[in-house]
Amino acid sequence: MFEYCSDPSSLETTRWFACYLTNGVHMRFYSSFLTVLSLLAITAPVALAFGFLGAMASRSHLLPLRALGKLYTSMVRGVPDIAFFLFFVIALDQALEWVNHQIQCPDWDEPIRQGANFVVCQAAKIPLSSAPQWMHEVYNYFIAVFTFSIVFGAFAANVLFGAMQSVPHAQIETAEAYGMTRRQSFWRILVPQMWIYALPGLSNLWMILIKATPLLFLLGVEDIVYWARELGGSRTSQFAYPHGDWRLWYFLGLLVFYLCFTKVSEVVLGRITRRLSHGQATMGGEAQRKAAA
Amino acid sequence: MKKLALTTALVVATAGTAFADGHDRVIRMGTEGAYPPYNFINDDGDVDGFERVLGDELCARAELTCEWVTNEWDSIIPNLTSGNYDTIIAGMSITDEREEVIDFTQDYYPPTASVYVAMEEGADLMGGVVAAQTNTIQSGYVAESGAILLEYATPDETVAAVRNGEADAVFADYDFLADIVAEDDDLMIVGDPVPLGGGIGMGLRETDTELRDAFDAAITSMKEDGTLNALLVEWFGEEIGQY
Repeated sequence: MFEYCSDPSSLETTRWFACYLTNGVHMRFYSSFLTVLSLLAITAPVALAFGFLGAMASRSHLLPLRALGKLYTSMVRGVPDIAFFLFFVIALDQALEWVNHQIQCPDWDEPIRQGANFVVCQAAKIPLSSAPQWMHEVYNYFIAVFTFSIVFGAFAANVLFGAMQSVPHAQIETAEAYGMTRRQSFWRILVPQMWIYALPGLSNLWMILIKATPLLFLLGVEDIVYWARELGGSRTSQFAYPHGDWRLWYFLGLLVFYLCFTKVSEVVLGRITRRLSHGQATMGGEAQRKAAA
Repeated sequence: MKKLALTTALVVATAGTAFADGHDRVIRMGTEGAYPPYNFINDDGDVDGFERVLGDELCARAELTCEWVTNEWDSIIPNLTSGNYDTIIAGMSITDEREEVIDFTQDYYPPTASVYVAMEEGADLMGGVVAAQTNTIQSGYVAESGAILLEYATPDETVAAVRNGEADAVFADYDFLADIVAEDDDLMIVGDPVPLGGGIGMGLRETDTELRDAFDAAITSMKEDGTLNALLVEWFGEEIGQY
């Protein structure tokens, strides 16, 4: 990074740290923060969409659809996250490769499962083994996003289902009295009003999602916790920057990062709550009305 | 992101056609990246160490295109069998238990002793708490020795456990611990060295016999012309056993 970094062993403390904190591994550490943030940015809306679909399915009048929605929420919610992550990611990966294998190599005569081995033809590998490493990482990343979305979608579905039930029934009846169809009253009356009821649950989920990102490591994505442990471990003089066991400091850094991040989230969520309470028949909305009057 | 997905699709498509003629297989070399001097992530963020140099040379001799990937030690065998990479080159000792699940090449690192390292000479090695990395021959040995086994996911954590006082001693390969002991006045090698394992070899899927033969031939040629010995001395010093 800096010119004077060519011989780290001769540097005084400040410069040593300037070089140490900007070396190649640290750059990968810093970029893993972006990985985590982007995961949150993609997962949150996708999980919300899954949740919305799940909630809609759960209150559907069609039995199969309702059963499907209920099955989704209760099954995913009932399995520990780690078990689900470990199972689902391998299963999904193998399922994709199996399907691809059937398409790409129809003439293949060897069995795919050979004892512990899962062997598909080379052309059916996802991504291809000849693909550069970054493509493998991108693939792992999107598998991770998808898995997070499914898990958190199930929780969101339950929250949204509860919120939809919480909207005062009189509102729906009034909508029907005005001659709105079921679909119209759902989109025009129910959905705009349900968010204030869903928000406490959703904000909880968001916080849990933030804190669950270290699970990324289980899915083969090198996240901030992986790098903190890796960088904090003691280094002999085989490395250019030898040091003792600094894991404490690295994990302290992560602690501060997560605390700041959740604090910012709380502030933003507080603002959204105030906004959504406006004009609602809830205690928050009532308080706002009285304060203005 | 859309653009990225598009280029990804494009690259997949072109890579697919390139592969169709069968010469373009890239061998993915799986390693742990946390076991200096065998393999580690250096300060630039790349895989480095004895096995990196060795692996690159083997690939060159076998005329293979190789790419390095890292994987947690704990899941390094399952991820090989499920096809995430094609070889394990991670200081893995050849043992009968592992032979049942995967295949090994011949050894490229001779059988060497494992040692105990502790903070004091009189540490209780047979009845005290001994740290070892999960799923290693050392952890298996400690479990049967009568000592209380304390397992960790990474080698570095096993040494940290001794420094913190959580364990009385750590049990690991001599060449891993030697460098650490040399630079830490508090730590010392205690007790007698224990010969374990049948040397270190490359692990491959049992179905990948052609690839195993290619690497076997490359290792043989390196043993014959003395380059492997030179490499061993360069990384592990003069005391290392040679071929």
